[in-house]
Amino acid sequence: MKLISLALVVLLGGLFMAATADFPDWGDPASPASVHVSPRYIEKTMEETSVPNIVTAVLADYRGYDTMFETAVVFTAGVACFLLLRRRDPRPGPERIYRHQATGVIVEMRHKPAKEPAGEVFARIDDDWVPHDLIIMNVCRLLIPFIQLFGLYVIAHGHHSPGGGFQGGVILGASIILLALSWDLRTAMGRLSEAATGLMSAVGVFIYAGVGAMCLAMGSNFLDYEALGPLMFVDPVHARSLGIFFVELGVGLAVMATMVLIYKNLASEGRLDQGL
Amino acid sequence: MDMAQYIPVLLTKYNYWVYITLMMIGLWAMIAKNNLVKKIIGMSIFQTAIILFYVSIGAKYGATIPILRHGHNGAHEAIRTVDYINPLPHVLMLTAIVVSVATLGVALALSIRIHRRHRTLEEDDILTQLREP
Amino acid sequence: MIWQIDLAVLVLVVICAIGALAVKDLVGASILFGAYSFLMCILWAVMGAVDVAFTEASVGAGVSTVFFLAAVFRTSRRSKD
Repeated sequence: MKLISLALVVLLGGLFMAATADFPDWGDPASPASVHVSPRYIEKTMEETSVPNIVTAVLADYRGYDTMFETAVVFTAGVACFLLLRRRDPRPGPERIYRHQATGVIVEMRHKPAKEPAGEVFARIDDDWVPHDLIIMNVCRLLIPFIQLFGLYVIAHGHHSPGGGFQGGVILGASIILLALSWDLRTAMGRLSEAATGLMSAVGVFIYAGVGAMCLAMGSNFLDYEALGPLMFVDPVHARSLGIFFVELGVGLAVMATMVLIYKNLASEGRLDQGL
Repeated sequence: MDMAQYIPVLLTKYNYWVYITLMMIGLWAMIAKNNLVKKIIGMSIFQTAIILFYVSIGAKYGATIPILRHGHNGAHEAIRTVDYINPLPHVLMLTAIVVSVATLGVALALSIRIHRRHRTLEEDDILTQLREP
Repeated sequence: MIWQIDLAVLVLVVICAIGALAVKDLVGASILFGAYSFLMCILWAVMGAVDVAFTEASVGAGVSTVFFLAAVFRTSRRSKD
């Protein structure tokens, strides 16, 4: 089996390599891909949208319809992960494990207590518990606000520098995942609950589609942000720039919430009680 | 000499050959590897190799990154196409990367479900379990 | 675009890809895959695709490695091949 597949793959690779003889030279400015559609974007982006980063402008404006459905795919993947893994039956074994903070005695409880004990006396721990490192926990606690600030900067400054909704959303999601890794999943769940992640990823896609529908309501085409100029009291060129910004906000929200949702379901096998 | 005529071909095409090598490594892993997580790693390698190929289509010698030079007062100089790298493949592949991580999440969720039922991730063990009634 | 750097990074990428598939420990394979993604990000930065490189640095090297580790931790760590 392995030999047959190896032979097939080598044959296919050889065919591809023979085909490279017909490819344009690497880095050739006159290659067919670089002379047909993209010169229009490079030349007109600045005067039509006033956005210097061509990638952002093409992503959210000229090809906005494409990006909207990419966001919808990310949202759908999050929902699919949730539907595949989420389950509500409790884990076998003791329901709750606590550590008495002063003495270090471990208490196992068969059933969930009616009222959670105070955190200063009894700390709840996981059954596959590893001792938390004080240095890692506190360094991450100090770092996370700055990571989130950077994520917001990346979303907002995507017009002028590399970045945008996708990258900023992933960075924001990664900051929550860092919290879940360095503390525990329950702490991260306390900051951003399951309902909040589901709602935020749906709201992100809704913002994107809503901006498009608002253009429709203003009597223009779907996702043609020029129509939003009168609503925001700016000229059409700046309206397109602002429209890109709103759309990127929606993308960032959806991507962030979906990353957190997928991580939580993967790390806790769908029980959302304890992570890695 | 006869060999000298191949050196320019080598210099302009070696990138493509490495991309194809990567792609074939990924494809071979998807076919021949036994462990499901290894298959998923192979799928990701295949995916990134294709993305790499697409991004390299847009590369231009002597051009800069696709962010236009701009002043603060809104004035800008004349824009020449040969000065900027082709942005279109970047746009298409940027979204593909984010979608690939979302689908990676779904693939891993499926493998966790398979492990929950069969207690193994090895393909041959799963097949023998399925054949036994 | 300097072809020497490009070729060196390409060789490292291929080594990381083969390593990620050859290692029997799946945690090691996940980490090698993270290294592969990060080298890929360097390659795109060298090519001038800054937005793509940024996305790959945050997505491929960051989040997807964590996803792999989470899945491996919840299933089995050893692999037969």
